[in-house]
Amino acid sequence: MKGPESETMPDSRATGGGANQPVDRREFLSRSLPAGWVLLAAFTGCGGEPSAPAGGSEASAREAGSAPDSGSQAPASEVETSAARDPLAGYDPSQHKYAMAIDVDRCIGCGRCVEACKTENDVPREPFYFRTWIERYVIQRNGNTVVTSPNGGISGFPPVEEAEILRTFFVPKLCNHCDHPPCVQVCPVGATFKTEDGVVLVDHDYCIGCRYCIQACPYGARFLHPVTRTAEKCTFCYHRLVKGLVPACVEMCPTQARIFGELNARSSPLARFQRMHKIQTLKSHLNTEPKVLYANLDGEVS
Amino acid sequence: MESHIQTLMEVLQQTKGYIYPNEVELHWGLLVVVYPYVTGLVAGAFILASLERVFNVREVQPTYRLSLLTALAFLLVAPLPLLAHLGHPERSFEIFLTPNLNSAMAMFGFVYAWYLAVVLLLEIWFDYRKDAVIWSRHETGFRRLVHRVFTLGANDLSEHAVRFDRSAGKFITVIGIPSAFLLHGYVGFIFGSVKANPWWSSVLIPVVFLFSAMVSGIALILILYMLTSLFRRMEIDMRCADKLGSFLFYALIIDFSLEMLDFIHRLYEAEESIGILSQMISSRLFISLVVLQILLGTVVPLVLLGIFSPAFHTRAFVHAPAELRRLIYFCAAILIEVGIFSTRWNVVIGGQIFSKSLRGLTVYKVELLGLEGLLTSVFLLILPFVILYVLVKFLPPWPEAEAAAPSEPNS
Ligand code: SF4
Ligand code: SF4
Repeated sequence: MKGPESETMPDSRATGGGANQPVDRREFLSRSLPAGWVLLAAFTGCGGEPSAPAGGSEASAREAGSAPDSGSQAPASEVETSAARDPLAGYDPSQHKYAMAIDVDRCIGCGRCVEACKTENDVPREPFYFRTWIERYVIQRNGNTVVTSPNGGISGFPPVEEAEILRTFFVPKLCNHCDHPPCVQVCPVGATFKTEDGVVLVDHDYCIGCRYCIQACPYGARFLHPVTRTAEKCTFCYHRLVKGLVPACVEMCPTQARIFGELNARSSPLARFQRMHKIQTLKSHLNTEPKVLYANLDGEVS
Repeated sequence: MESHIQTLMEVLQQTKGYIYPNEVELHWGLLVVVYPYVTGLVAGAFILASLERVFNVREVQPTYRLSLLTALAFLLVAPLPLLAHLGHPERSFEIFLTPNLNSAMAMFGFVYAWYLAVVLLLEIWFDYRKDAVIWSRHETGFRRLVHRVFTLGANDLSEHAVRFDRSAGKFITVIGIPSAFLLHGYVGFIFGSVKANPWWSSVLIPVVFLFSAMVSGIALILILYMLTSLFRRMEIDMRCADKLGSFLFYALIIDFSLEMLDFIHRLYEAEESIGILSQMISSRLFISLVVLQILLGTVVPLVLLGIFSPAFHTRAFVHAPAELRRLIYFCAAILIEVGIFSTRWNVVIGGQIFSKSLRGLTVYKVELLGLEGLLTSVFLLILPFVILYVLVKFLPPWPEAEAAAPSEPNS
């Protein structure tokens, strides 16, 4: 499957879905070896062509470029039924390594991404729960720095009131999908985990709500969902990634301040971005190795 | 939930500077303050008991069994605050089934089980077995049944068996001391290893936790010993009280020095977090840290104990009559308990009221009701005393209870 690339995938349905399907960790792990999967299917006598995942869900099959195959299949073995329900069928995480780049100079603080995220992922509307948010930095001549993020910047920002301004800019924030994620390290039951493609996820059926991960995240990227009582954070819209789509925030950004794609690809918008800019990450001294890469970041940003 | 959102709205109004939006909700509240406080008391009480056993400090002998039972009563309550603060307490067993071995918190279950089953229960069993056998012979009804069950059928009272009890008990104590260190040092590690949090992240935290645990444990036993003697109308053994007073002084000195070391070290290094941390100390934590923890909880008791307890010599600086000394010890111990509770508060809550953006402060509003509210915490702090009361009823820790039993050479 082709990796999602921000420049190549315009899609008007960005905020239409609304339903976030939580990805089950165990399910994820059990699907992470499609090769073994196919073998298993062969052994259980499902038949069908080994190149296409047997009975995969319509959407993912379409994304994978093969027609949904229904009639020719042998009737439901157990494996097959679970495949039909499986949103990950046909997706091979070992083929990907995702990252997001953010061009600070391009962000106009409109907050469309925050809105898109809340809608796409059913994030509670109250101003204490954000998977992504925007900060505005106002640096004054006297050296003062005033940072604000009214309601996460979801409806933009009020006019700057400070006097004697030296410079001002917006910084979008989200989970950094750290390569050395402290949140994963501390989770007592392993409910927070890093997938093979580098995305850090939470298994909501498994999380005990101890909130150690929230304490361990240096970036304030996590919150406890007030209804499910489990830890929550940005998933890079994983439910979209597996279908070959980019995260909702990336798609909604009017200035393309967010660029999403394969970290290791030689030619991708992300790779190009990395070539063209000096890149910085947040709190790099903590050795978390973030995969949200900032260009034109100011030293004041913390 | 409505009231929760309401509270968060109020908090939002009271934040100062900039905090990350997800930080408005403070996640580890009063219950998580209670948790290290209670475990600290367990570790402290046990270490005091071991002094008598391993180092043969005869003076504190009257508090030996009381310390063990106190440790047990508090240990039984220790996991409850943790459980109550979980979003999904019903899933807590997952910690045992699929622990993430990299997680400091995942080890809790194992450290706890080890300490409860291997150390405390065994030690109490060996210590009381002989008495339980003798008691059960002269009793009827429920008490007899309880003591019978307690002995687990090991009724041998021969000199050999009793001697074995004693050496086994001693052996367990020797294992118990490092275990008590582990139990509480480990609690400190849960906080000390969070690199994201400059207020917690320090190698000294586990050590400070340990010594403050000893301080709180000894103080608690001192209080309990005095109160129980009062209620039983028994004379307080002043040699014991003096000794406890001196121990308290030593432990407090070490604890205070370590805390000051940590403090000076931070001040001198003056890392980027220093600005916001000093702001926090001088505003949000002023009462709980400067007044309660340092002044009332440490300096005042240090001075009192330094002057009136025989900590430096066989005689105190100022020789006060026993009556007055008792009062002073009692007051010092109460102050210390308040101080150590504030210490836990300052670590747990203090670590969360400054933003990790290092640009602002939030507030913590204790809710009254609810699983994580004030009432639950108060209940959890009273519960150990109720358990202790029951334990004491069935396993009287008093020296005369032991003496009253007729010793029989053979079963
Ligand atoms: S930013 Fe926070 S939540 Fe995201 S991976 Fe890093 S530590 Fe975990
Ligand atoms: S809150 Fe959930 S995901 Fe976070 S550390 Fe606890 S169990 Fe793990």
